[in-house]
Amino acid sequence: MCLGVPAKVLRVWSVGELRYAEVDLGGLSKEVILALDEPVNEGDYVIVHAGMGISKIKEEEVEETLKIWEDLYNQGLHIEQ
Amino acid sequence: MSDLRLRIKELYERNPKASEIVKIIRDYASIIKKHVKIMDFCGTHEWTITYYGLRSLMPNNIELIAGPGCPVCVTPGYYVEALIKLSLEGVNVITYGDAFKLPSVRGSNPKSLAEAKALGGKVTVVYSFLDAVKVAKERPNEEHVFFSVGFETTMPAVSTTLYYRAVPHNLYVLSAHRLTPPIMKYLMSNVKGVELDGVLAPGHVSAILGSNAWEFIPKDYGVTTVVTGFEPLDVLLAVLLILKSIKEGRAELLNEYRRVVKPEGNLTAKKTINEVFTYVDSYWRGIGVVEGSGAKLKATYERNDAEVRYGIKEPKTHSDIIPGCRCGEVVLGLRKPTECPLFMKVCTPENPYGPCMVSSEGTCRIWAENLPLSVEGI
Repeated sequence: MCLGVPAKVLRVWSVGELRYAEVDLGGLSKEVILALDEPVNEGDYVIVHAGMGISKIKEEEVEETLKIWEDLYNQGLHIEQ
Repeated sequence: MSDLRLRIKELYERNPKASEIVKIIRDYASIIKKHVKIMDFCGTHEWTITYYGLRSLMPNNIELIAGPGCPVCVTPGYYVEALIKLSLEGVNVITYGDAFKLPSVRGSNPKSLAEAKALGGKVTVVYSFLDAVKVAKERPNEEHVFFSVGFETTMPAVSTTLYYRAVPHNLYVLSAHRLTPPIMKYLMSNVKGVELDGVLAPGHVSAILGSNAWEFIPKDYGVTTVVTGFEPLDVLLAVLLILKSIKEGRAELLNEYRRVVKPEGNLTAKKTINEVFTYVDSYWRGIGVVEGSGAKLKATYERNDAEVRYGIKEPKTHSDIIPGCRCGEVVLGLRKPTECPLFMKVCTPENPYGPCMVSSEGTCRIWAENLPLSVEGI
């Protein structure tokens, strides 16, 4: 229930002001509601949590996070004892 | 374009750099010397730590402990008691699978919604609130009540649909929602014996609330807090960041999960949550009353409020702590599941006795399903 899963957006539509999407959850197609600040298009990735798209995954940040590690690794080689 | 999910898996799960990160963690640990206690605050983090065996990679003075990351575990029994009664009276109770076997109050028979269903009660298990809306629309001549449990992550599904008037008149919401910053405050100020040196803040709760929601932990309690993703490398990186802060004598808030979490969170979701819910002092099973920690529907939405429709009232005294069960202490990080005499004896995933064994986010359930029981001193 409380599990967030990355899902690929297959289709988006609206009913009134409510935004919906069909997403691919690891091979399973599921209809979800979207509550996101940013627009979402087919092919985007979102975190789906209990049937709701709660966050769009920022592709440019995916590898960026590992740069934190790169920096730490470089420092780590010279940790002052 | 390659599948982003596979790319994340490759980067964060199958990355050989993990062993190098562990080496740096060990270096920091040997410099810091003192015992360091880091609490995870999300059942899924506990799952990552246990499933991937990350505890076994930690040096002796670095301890990873599980905190209150399981909403089902702390959901009061009187809600279950009321829902069992309604299901046997012909109201269709719609629940997440996680709460299906959640025990009711002491001595209740049937003791869970699962048992009520076996006795002919009307219970439907769904994946999401949207599924509950569909069930209610497909069966318009029945009354339905949705058991709305969860932290901030499950709130927007209910608040968005209510706010945009997409909930049918025959579907009532029983809001059992609990909020995470108040329990964190409670844990840091009131609970003796869990003095923490670092916190892994819940990733998806933070996607809603924003990483800024945790600023009070370093500021008021001097404890470094890292908003963390759910791949094993995310958790290892977060541990490393905490140790680095400790070594350098800082207490800070860091966001390791920037691919999903923004500092301000999800403003769209927060807007409807604040429009639909009001916050009250609330009881947590096994813990007690925590200030401003529960969410109820505002009067504007009472047309869909199960508490109003069925007159569900909180009892003056709670009787939902099951004899011998240590779930309350496990949730607060005061005791490990293996320190409970019932663990894997009378309390198993197939036949859970206490709430921490029921949900897939419960620490007892996670340990039961992922640990070889002969391993001592984990």
